[in-house]
Amino acid sequence: MAQMTMIQAITDALRIELKNDENVLVFGEDVGKNGGVFRATEGLQDEFGEKRVFDTPLAESAINGLAIGLALEGFRPVPEIQFFGFVYETMDAINGQMARMRYRSGNTESAPITIRSPFGGGVNTPELHADSLEGLIAQQPGVKVVIPSTPYDAKGLLLASIRDNDPVVFLEHMKLYRSFRGEVPEEEYTIELGKADVKREGKDVTIVTYGAMVHSALKAAEQLEKENIDLEVIDLRTVSPIDYETIIESVQKTNRVVVVQEAQRQAGIAANVAAEIQERAILHLEAPVIRVTAPDTVYPFSEAEKAWLPNDKDIIEKVKYVLNF
Amino acid sequence: MTKKRHESLGLSDEQVIEMYKMMLLARKVDERMWLLNRAGKIPFVISCQGQEAAQVGASFALNRDEDYVAPYYRDLGVVLAFGMTARELMLAAFAKAEDPNSGGRQMPSHFGQKKNRILTGSSPVTTQVPHAVGVGLAAKMEEKEIVSFVTLGEGSSNQGDFHEGLNFAGVHKLPVITMVENNGYAISVPLDKQLACESIADRGIGYGMPGISVDGNDPLKVYEVVKNARERAINGEGPTLIEARTARFTAHSSDDDDSTYRDMQEVEKARENDPILTFATYLKEADVLTDDSLKEIDDALKKIVNEATDYAENAPFAEPESALKYVYEE
Ligand SMILES: Cc1ncc(C[n+]2csc(CCOP(=O)(O)OP(=O)(O)O)c2C)c(N)n1
Ligand SMILES: [Mg+2]
Repeated sequence: MAQMTMIQAITDALRIELKNDENVLVFGEDVGKNGGVFRATEGLQDEFGEKRVFDTPLAESAINGLAIGLALEGFRPVPEIQFFGFVYETMDAINGQMARMRYRSGNTESAPITIRSPFGGGVNTPELHADSLEGLIAQQPGVKVVIPSTPYDAKGLLLASIRDNDPVVFLEHMKLYRSFRGEVPEEEYTIELGKADVKREGKDVTIVTYGAMVHSALKAAEQLEKENIDLEVIDLRTVSPIDYETIIESVQKTNRVVVVQEAQRQAGIAANVAAEIQERAILHLEAPVIRVTAPDTVYPFSEAEKAWLPNDKDIIEKVKYVLNF
Repeated sequence: MTKKRHESLGLSDEQVIEMYKMMLLARKVDERMWLLNRAGKIPFVISCQGQEAAQVGASFALNRDEDYVAPYYRDLGVVLAFGMTARELMLAAFAKAEDPNSGGRQMPSHFGQKKNRILTGSSPVTTQVPHAVGVGLAAKMEEKEIVSFVTLGEGSSNQGDFHEGLNFAGVHKLPVITMVENNGYAISVPLDKQLACESIADRGIGYGMPGISVDGNDPLKVYEVVKNARERAINGEGPTLIEARTARFTAHSSDDDDSTYRDMQEVEKARENDPILTFATYLKEADVLTDDSLKEIDDALKKIVNEATDYAENAPFAEPESALKYVYEE
């Protein structure tokens, strides 16, 4: 099996699907000749030509708007938004338009579009460039939100996203792009959307998380193992819709949960997970469901981001809290 | 002897020397930032190099004590001309607490300084355009004799904010001057993949305002068109769109490698028209400066940049806890 970084796994998935399906189109700002500002589309224009892989003018609203038109004509657009912080420029095309295509048309139309976009903090880039804005999209029914945490997951989830017949926002955490390699099969495979993955089995406390925080949770688990505390780490993989079955099953086993997200606290994915657990499994809980999140302030400057972002220590602290409750 | 070009524009020798100094200072601050970035001391640089003449020429045509500017990230020349100092720019580059732009909170080159009427902006390109139009509307409502000056790149002129902002300014005949600094690239994407019209200036007609294309390598030509635009604005005749044709001498930013998408000979060629060199030549030919005085200017600016760098490097960072402040009124 090949060892790949997440960015290589993403390029690999794009190449496979461009080859498999002539309706797949890759476009966005600087994705052509330049191969993307993070090199996710490197070499694809050379391989598949300018008709399939092309640069757009600098206008996000047009990028996603025209993706809708293409989709209605049978194409499978895979547009890129250069940084997810710029999604505000095109929120209407996503939440207002493509997400409602199937509903509005009474199931006669759909918008099989996969919007790829880098996001996330911890890479010394302040403010909008580092924001975790998945919650904005997750609030809108009709669009799925997928966030891989490993190279293996990235490839399988991206292939599944492109093949999905509804719109998907596929968010790629910048810190994970090149920070480690993982085993990735060379052949094609898909990972079902809407299904969580138990990244580590354990019996004492369940951690529910996604994205870069999966790695903080695994790090916490490694340290707690030395104290004979056994964490179960659930990686949501898809944050909309959420796989509550897997979560509830785990809660029934551990009876204690900490939900972790990199995003700010207010109105986030973690709040939603906590609420559902309490509604569905209150009698299985030995402690309140606790959240670990960033504070409700604007994503900070580089000097402060280490302290601001949630980390393994915060997770350990809350694990001990639910154990001693 | 016929009048010298700057004299026919009403500019004194002192004023054009000042312009030259401002252009060169912008260049030198920018060059130093690249060195600091490559030495791992500052995280990010995005350059003015190649665009200084347009920026400084335009700024000198404005009322730098009263007009408002909404610059974009390359506008070192504009913000210097509007009163930001080299030291303040370096404080921002090092993201230090004393940085007047944002206390080190923003991306570098996201300029803003209330006391000098430099509007603070956001990272998404072109968002400054409607802001500048709002300032223009305020000026009109308050019957102030000021203009609002906004800049952006040519790629950015494709965003909705550009069209929505200019349309409003046109409808209400607002004192807004929009200058698009056309350097031929939006990161890697060349002009012909960004727009289908010959010139950005062509877009003015759609919003009922004159569109003027000018050689952005010549600070005097830019000065002239902005001066005229300002007069129109003050006389209640409404906004103007200006395209300044320039070149980008560097990669898009310190995170970019432009050799992957453009022929580096193209940059070499553009550098033959380096506005700083051509303006120096003009000033010598016009007997405003000599080789000796040019050298003196160079030395003096070097000192300023050195002092600014040392000061900023040694200045303290903001306390991490301060990141939690100023979300709401306190
Ligand atoms: C809304 C938005 N989309 C994308 C970006 C990323 N980006 C930053 S600068 C830039 C290119 C801008 O090109 P242009 O307007 O020509 O200005 P230049 O940098 O050439 O001066 C891009 C795509 C951004 N900052 N904002
Ligand atoms: Mg440009």
